[in-house]
Amino acid sequence: MDWRRFSFIGFIIVFLFSVVVLIGGSKISPAIIISSMLTTTIAVATPLTLGALSGIFCERAGVVNIGIEGMMLAAAFFGWLAAIYMNTVFKFNPGLSLAIGVISAILSGGLFALLHAWLSITFKVDQIIGGTVINILAVGVTGFLNRQMFFGEGSIFGGNVPHAPGLLPSLSKWLGALCGGGEGCFGLPNLIQGTFIDQKPIAIAAILLVIITHQVLFNTRWGLRTRAVGEHPKAADTVGINVYRTRYINVVIGGMMAGLAGAYFTIESVPSFEPLMTNGRGFISLAAMIFGNWTPFGAWAAALVFGASQALQINLQFFRDSIPPNWAFLQHAYIVGLAPYVLTMLILTGIIGKTTPPAADGQPYEK
Amino acid sequence: MQSTGDNQPKQGWRQVAQPVINAILVPFLAIFTAVIVGGVIIAIVGGDPFAAYLGLAQGAFGSAKAWSETLVWATPYIFAGLAVALAFKGGLFNIGAEGQLAFGAVATAWVGYALPEMLGFDIPGLLHLPLAVGAGILAGALWAAIPGALRAYAGGSEVINTIMMNYIALNITSFLLNGPMKDRNPLNVIARTPEIAEGARLPVIFDGLRVHWGFPLALLVAFGVWYLLWKTTLGFEIRTVGANPDAAKYAGINFKRIIILTMALSGLLAGMAGAVEVTGLNYRHELGFSIGYGFDAIAIALLGKTHPMGVVLASILFGAMRNGATRMQFLTQIPVDIISVIQALILLFVAADAIIRYIYRIKAKEDRLVLTRGWRG
Repeated sequence: MDWRRFSFIGFIIVFLFSVVVLIGGSKISPAIIISSMLTTTIAVATPLTLGALSGIFCERAGVVNIGIEGMMLAAAFFGWLAAIYMNTVFKFNPGLSLAIGVISAILSGGLFALLHAWLSITFKVDQIIGGTVINILAVGVTGFLNRQMFFGEGSIFGGNVPHAPGLLPSLSKWLGALCGGGEGCFGLPNLIQGTFIDQKPIAIAAILLVIITHQVLFNTRWGLRTRAVGEHPKAADTVGINVYRTRYINVVIGGMMAGLAGAYFTIESVPSFEPLMTNGRGFISLAAMIFGNWTPFGAWAAALVFGASQALQINLQFFRDSIPPNWAFLQHAYIVGLAPYVLTMLILTGIIGKTTPPAADGQPYEK
Repeated sequence: MQSTGDNQPKQGWRQVAQPVINAILVPFLAIFTAVIVGGVIIAIVGGDPFAAYLGLAQGAFGSAKAWSETLVWATPYIFAGLAVALAFKGGLFNIGAEGQLAFGAVATAWVGYALPEMLGFDIPGLLHLPLAVGAGILAGALWAAIPGALRAYAGGSEVINTIMMNYIALNITSFLLNGPMKDRNPLNVIARTPEIAEGARLPVIFDGLRVHWGFPLALLVAFGVWYLLWKTTLGFEIRTVGANPDAAKYAGINFKRIIILTMALSGLLAGMAGAVEVTGLNYRHELGFSIGYGFDAIAIALLGKTHPMGVVLASILFGAMRNGATRMQFLTQIPVDIISVIQALILLFVAADAIIRYIYRIKAKEDRLVLTRGWRG
């Protein structure tokens, strides 16, 4: 990541924020708008950040993973299913059910990644095809089980979807208890309160994982080996690194990251599952990974750009009436919704500098 | 299979049959294995796999009407499958068939319902139908040429770009079908266009059955794609770029031109899928009808080993499964979505033919399909 790309990212985020401030500034004070935009940006960037980290683990070890979308979708379903099951069938309390849901999501992401690893490392299947298999399989399995378990005749839950045990609470709820309850009891400025303290656990975990991934990749022996396997597996093999094992473990870790991203959808964001609900977020994460040049902080910055463009779409809904007539196109959610996708394509054209994938990315290793 | 052939002199039928057997053996076993695994899944969730598959077969082939519906399903699959297969031949992975199909359908529908109103007179059928279909395939081709150009000139991976263009197409068609192009009929609440004019419709083949002339057209186009790929210079260049880009450059093939052209041709075929659905079956474009076609098309292209003949057979199989699934659900309460699981398993076993070769102890052949080339190409 060079300064040019970080400043480009900063410019885009400032631009997206100013659009909302310009439109809504007459109604609500700009400080509140910026704080709200920042909170939304970090929240909606969560699955993108985790998805990009998932891609970084896989591709730094030399395995292309376009199955992140499918892993997220499967994890979103199975995590949600586990939470409901624990709550309604085993009568666990909601908090414990949700925690088990998150763990199940992580594990199911890892399981789908294991399939991807098996296909691409052991059977040396074309990795993009392997990822496509994961995506199609996830759509099929979640769609089938969703209908079979909840809507079929004689299904387990008797034809109607039971109430989910709710959503993960924001950090302020826990931290607030420390200083006697109430929001904003730390005397922190609104901006920091909204950006970090009001976030939910998976969003905070994603930020911590960015730092951890950076440390693991660049400052540990495991990270060095991972990068060696992704850059020059033959050389790594000759110095005694087990290429297959390293790749397997990294792909599964990546799948677990995608699994946590999946948990965001059904356990942290909304308490329900819909077929195809990941809606391309897995693919956008890949773009964030590429734009971040396969580095955790770069990918996070790129994920924040996509988060900001989504926050723009969400926040503009509040100010629909104050959009000036010559900006009327901004009234259409579908048109504003194009932003992340168009941005992804622009970024991939390499107008802001070329990116370099790991040298052995996508190539099966033959001993 | 190759080893038994080596021991005996190849003569007569064997010479003809052996390559065919080699070509269809793995896909056949992949389907067989997926059906068995699917049956196990049905049994696990408490269904009767035999009753389910019997219902599926009845629904797909049990009557003239069932056959007709199977072919109705298969028609867009053939076009979209050919689109993905053609791109594979050129070393490109077109995940964007869905968006190209949606754009083709929108353009066809617009020419079908709005052009006569704009001109103020009815366009004769002989002209209106080709115009409508032509608009659809042109829209598909242009939509796909964009990621082709980005790949050729900016090195942007067509894998991500075609996916992004699917979402862009979905957003734009959602906007059009909810806004400017929405059916103004006061009874209508769905995001869909008005019906296209009579003159822009493809006729049905038999009275009382829905199968229309789009199916024979699909077969004709499949033959056309085969002819293009194996009997023309352009086809040779596409295959060379796909199989060995370096050799193609040394041979003086205009690499960038071929990449853009391959994507445009691929999008043209996907757009035709949309155009034929609008003119032959629905007589309008409705939001959401295109969703899922892109991934089905990939599965079909791979199951058909990217050969036009294989694509036609795979399309009929997928069409039969989609069509028969409704009757299966009606008879056995197994959700139609089990078909998606079985299709994913088929794709899994076809893509990872090593699994199939391992299960059935088939020796590997030398010619592996080279399909995609990662991020950089």
